[in-house]
Amino acid sequence: MFITSGLAVYIFIFISLFFEIFLLLTFLENKKLMGIKENTSSEDFPTATIVVPCFNEEESVFGTIESLLSLDYPKDKLKIMIIDDGSTDNTWSLIQRYKNHPNIEIFTKPNGGKHTALNFAIGKSQSEIIGCLDADSFVDPDALKNIVHYFSDKKTMAVTPAIKIYKPDNILRKIQKVEYDWGIFLRKMLSFINALYVTPGPFSFFRREVFINLGPYKKAHNTEDMEMAMRLQKHGYKIENCHKAFVYTIAPHKFSKLFTQRLRWTYGFLKNAIDYRELFFNKNQGNLGFFILPIMIISAISTLWLTGSLILNTALKIKAWFLNWQAINFNFEPFKTFHFNFEWFYLNTSVITFVSLFSLTLMITFILIGRKLSEGKIKLRPELLYFLFIYPFMAPTWLAKSVYNVLVSKKTVWR
Amino acid sequence: MQTLNWKKYIWTLLITIIIFVTAIYLSNFLNNKKIDSLREIEDKIAIDIMSSETEYALLAESSCKDLSSDILSQELNALAQKLTYTEENFGKNSPDLLRLKTYYTLLQIKDYLLMKKISIKCNTKPVFILYFYSTDCSQCGEQGYVLTYLREQYPNLRIYSFDYNLDNPALRTLISLYKVKNTLPAIVINDKVYNGFIDKDKLTGLLPIWMLPISPSTTSTTSKK
Repeated sequence: MFITSGLAVYIFIFISLFFEIFLLLTFLENKKLMGIKENTSSEDFPTATIVVPCFNEEESVFGTIESLLSLDYPKDKLKIMIIDDGSTDNTWSLIQRYKNHPNIEIFTKPNGGKHTALNFAIGKSQSEIIGCLDADSFVDPDALKNIVHYFSDKKTMAVTPAIKIYKPDNILRKIQKVEYDWGIFLRKMLSFINALYVTPGPFSFFRREVFINLGPYKKAHNTEDMEMAMRLQKHGYKIENCHKAFVYTIAPHKFSKLFTQRLRWTYGFLKNAIDYRELFFNKNQGNLGFFILPIMIISAISTLWLTGSLILNTALKIKAWFLNWQAINFNFEPFKTFHFNFEWFYLNTSVITFVSLFSLTLMITFILIGRKLSEGKIKLRPELLYFLFIYPFMAPTWLAKSVYNVLVSKKTVWR
Repeated sequence: MQTLNWKKYIWTLLITIIIFVTAIYLSNFLNNKKIDSLREIEDKIAIDIMSSETEYALLAESSCKDLSSDILSQELNALAQKLTYTEENFGKNSPDLLRLKTYYTLLQIKDYLLMKKISIKCNTKPVFILYFYSTDCSQCGEQGYVLTYLREQYPNLRIYSFDYNLDNPALRTLISLYKVKNTLPAIVINDKVYNGFIDKDKLTGLLPIWMLPISPSTTSTTSKK
């Protein structure tokens, strides 16, 4: 005797709970591994190149480069390549000041997109590991040292960082901060089951042979970082996540900007997933092909489905109210004496309610674990509430648009 | 080549199922509690009606005490609200719910008959509205809302609502007695049948004139809240 609110809802909530339990088991399985020291002795430091592709980044490029110069890393092993990808603002003249810096090389080239700037630098680099830092991001001084530790495993071909929001000063950025906390947790868990499908633009590092063996970056629907990760996975190259390598990124401060960014990400994910559809249910792909990629697609469908039915139900309810009010000519006078009295009888006691509450509790736990990983302590802040109440209304907008764009083959833009 | 850890997937599935089963158990437990509480309310109302009937039978010959209990009609209303809520949330075909609805229908008919007898005996003029709805009728929601509105405005109004399609001999007799057609919603006001949706103003017009002055909207200058 429970709500018969559609079998689909039951299936979707079952799958999402299944995913959460899977993450929880992964966490419990690997809890001990997360406490290990992430430092390495100096003789192990490989030579590293950090590429900073810039296109009209005059406002933040200076901070990005300064943060790289304060990296705690042997200076004789560090090279920073700043690539001006045909900026039309003052970026090129601003970076002239680094012309003679021993660790920095600057280049300018005609505009061709981020992947061309990256490939330009990769072609010139002779370092053992190569990474990138977008010119809207800053690194923690220990970030590279912590990342390099993971390369001591010869099988590791790429290492991703933990990305945080730089100065979350408004509600939208605070919401993103919570989302990124969740991301920090999720990426770590995915790394344990060998299922990372993104090597994020800011501060992911690769062994040079990755580019030699698998080729350069591709345009990949403006999400070259997803394509690269999927390509690595396809060839069985191991990707690790270093949750102690902190990178701070400037998050969109208003919804339209966030929407454009997420549209690019989601659209890019869907398009790359289509391009790499051979990974799905491929027995060589383990957890990624069997579980993680399919669940990402299912969660996209379920988000759209649930949002759609929520909108439909709300519309029907509003229509019913309106018809009722119309039937009494909007004369509410007799109802003024109405008293609301709470009775437990009217509490929703459906199966969906209980499972959803459980699922929500797990989600909050994961966010807090992510926060513990990124800040070293768990602190409850109001932004968790902003996230829980506002984010579910934002995410379906770009998801719906990106699915639409995929269906009509409409390309996305960077900004 | 990566191998899958099947054991982990099976564990995950097991735990997920356990959580679901727990939720189903918890939900059933609480829903049964709700059904129990409805049953208790109905039993209480049944006792109230029986005692009114008995009281009436005892006093019938001698005096005409005011037996109409407004409290009882309020209880019936609260019960109706809970039944509607339960119907919306548990599904319409739950056997427990059907039993409760049948019981509720009988209680209403009993109350209606008793009130009618009392009004004839004691020469009072209450207004009775019998409201027939069905769960698949398009304008019943609005009709129900208009009636709620009227009850709020005229507390002496006694409104009884019946699910037209409920399979119960007493209800069928009531329907055939008033010759209520199945074009719903249908309303019976003081023994006269009206089929189809009636809006607020029309319905107010059908009420006896003596009832109207007590309406708050027409006496708003003098009435106190």
